[in-house]
Amino acid sequence: MALIETKDLYKIYDVGESPVHALDGVSVGIEPGEFVAIMGPSGSGKSTFMNIIGCLDQPTRGQYFLGGIETGRLSRDDLAAIRNEKIGFVFQGFNLLPRTSAIENVELPMFYRSMPQGERQKKAEAALKRLGLAGREHHHPNQLSGGQQQRVAIARALVNDAPLILADEPTGNLDTKTSIEIMELMVRLNRDDHITIVLVTHEYDIAAFSRRIIHFLDGRIVSDEPNVPEPQIHEDRVTP
Amino acid sequence: MINIPDTLKISLRAIRINKMRSGLTMLGIIIGVGSVIAMLAVGTGASEKIKTQLAGMGTNLLLVHPGSTTSGGLRMGMGSQPTLTKDDADAILREIPKVQDVAPVLSGAAQVVYGNQNWSTGVYGSTPGIFVVRDLMLIAGRSFTEQDVRSATKVAVLGQTVVTNLFGSANPVGQVIRIKKLPFTVIGVLAEKGQSMQGQDQDDIIYIPVTTAQKKIFGTAFPGMVRNIMVKVRNAHDLNAVENELNNLLRQRHRIGPREDNDFQVRNLTDMMQMAEQSARVMTLLLGAIASVSLLVGGIGIMNIMLVSVTERTREIGIRMAVGAKTWDIRLQFIIEALTLSLMGGIIGIVLGIAGATILSALAGWTTVVSPLSILLAFGFSALVGIFFGFYPAYKASLLNPIDALRYE
Repeated sequence: MALIETKDLYKIYDVGESPVHALDGVSVGIEPGEFVAIMGPSGSGKSTFMNIIGCLDQPTRGQYFLGGIETGRLSRDDLAAIRNEKIGFVFQGFNLLPRTSAIENVELPMFYRSMPQGERQKKAEAALKRLGLAGREHHHPNQLSGGQQQRVAIARALVNDAPLILADEPTGNLDTKTSIEIMELMVRLNRDDHITIVLVTHEYDIAAFSRRIIHFLDGRIVSDEPNVPEPQIHEDRVTP
Repeated sequence: MINIPDTLKISLRAIRINKMRSGLTMLGIIIGVGSVIAMLAVGTGASEKIKTQLAGMGTNLLLVHPGSTTSGGLRMGMGSQPTLTKDDADAILREIPKVQDVAPVLSGAAQVVYGNQNWSTGVYGSTPGIFVVRDLMLIAGRSFTEQDVRSATKVAVLGQTVVTNLFGSANPVGQVIRIKKLPFTVIGVLAEKGQSMQGQDQDDIIYIPVTTAQKKIFGTAFPGMVRNIMVKVRNAHDLNAVENELNNLLRQRHRIGPREDNDFQVRNLTDMMQMAEQSARVMTLLLGAIASVSLLVGGIGIMNIMLVSVTERTREIGIRMAVGAKTWDIRLQFIIEALTLSLMGGIIGIVLGIAGATILSALAGWTTVVSPLSILLAFGFSALVGIFFGFYPAYKASLLNPIDALRYE
């Protein structure tokens, strides 16, 4: 069964006289374990598509099944629970809570599933350590570099053991070297932990890390092809 | 399933992070609550003071004054005819069972001498009933009796001011003073009563038997005449009934025809008390209303800052939603935050309000009473303001599409 399945998604904004079709009938399926890059110029609908499959936004028309569940029938709080348990988000702007330590940022998803403090802390520490951030648990976001902040965000995405990570331009604010580090991290999460990753980017270098590339234009899918060859991973460059 | 202790921690942290803003928000509530409590304390204090003064005057009192008379079509002024007698007073006590006691009073000013000291004071001739009617307490000696009244003995009961001025700290009981040059034996001393509502010293007074006053001090052309009669009624709710009975009885005794005017006048002291209390209550209300304006302004301050705070943190709300915060997680976080702010401000305001009231009473000499009701009122209102103005923006934010909150700039 597909992890993500959309049927004829439309997202229409009423701006001015003529409605804008941000999504214009998108049907796609993504299987568990895939690593998909979504590409397209700005305004092509790729971010709108991401927001809808991330249950952050609702389509105007059409159906979206996540793990076989039709999300259109769910309440706000049900959707919140799905975001909490099934989806990890990685954003371009990191979206960490300001003036809040790294560990508390990572604890946040567990907080909203009412996990006891001790367990939360233990899991958050483990996640940060795994991403090479041991010793930086009590740093605030403004005390961390961009790459470190994005790794805190990834730790936050991983910590609830979500089967799906949605990354919206995760390297958009990072330099090339750090971008490659983050992408290699993603590849390993996909390969070793079998986490399904959907990635939005407009850079071919970044999309090259994925194994399937979907192109969006004017709210429609214009191409959907497997990406070969498999990208190389430089194990020595990434702190475990 | 909402985690209240942890939500509280988040709220407390948000308050700590924005120390300056939290402090200013609280300041509005502190000033509002503080001034409401201080102002109400001043108002309540004033009305409490009036109440004690009224209680000092004696309660359930009716006062009978001689009235105007008409002689040959010429209406004379109030009190122009000495129409009331001690016999009237005795008749009132005898005929009206709802009356607890009566006291006919014949009073005037007189020079009083003891040794080489002299003092001008008010001398009240009355019956033993005066001690009941005016709630007079003796701290030394005894009051005069019916026997003293019958035989017009020259005995006197002194108020504190008279004692201080004539005797200093010596014990006056058993000593002989001279009132208008006549020797009187001091048989008792009254407890202190303080000032009356009109600011009179109620302790600057000497009580003597009414008959002695009539015959020896204020000799009059009308034997048995008194200046007024004080009537104490057993129950407050009988006051009006007794007033009517008094009218009938005295009209009958004074042989006043059906179409003639009364030659006396009955005044209800309780009515006067209630009027005074009423005005004190109006003052309390007025002070409270003025202070409430500042509480309202404080509330608007909270609203302002909560609106700014929530708007500013729309992105934070978006992040929380993205990682799984439910509607009530978000709302509760801001409610607790606003509530904590306003309750902390409220508590500090209460402390400052009580301190302010204490300082006012020390500096200005006003009686202030901090009533639990005013504390409850101010506290409750500040909590309400906090919840309402904290909840509303959070409520709006909690209904946003997560992506709109997340993208909020």
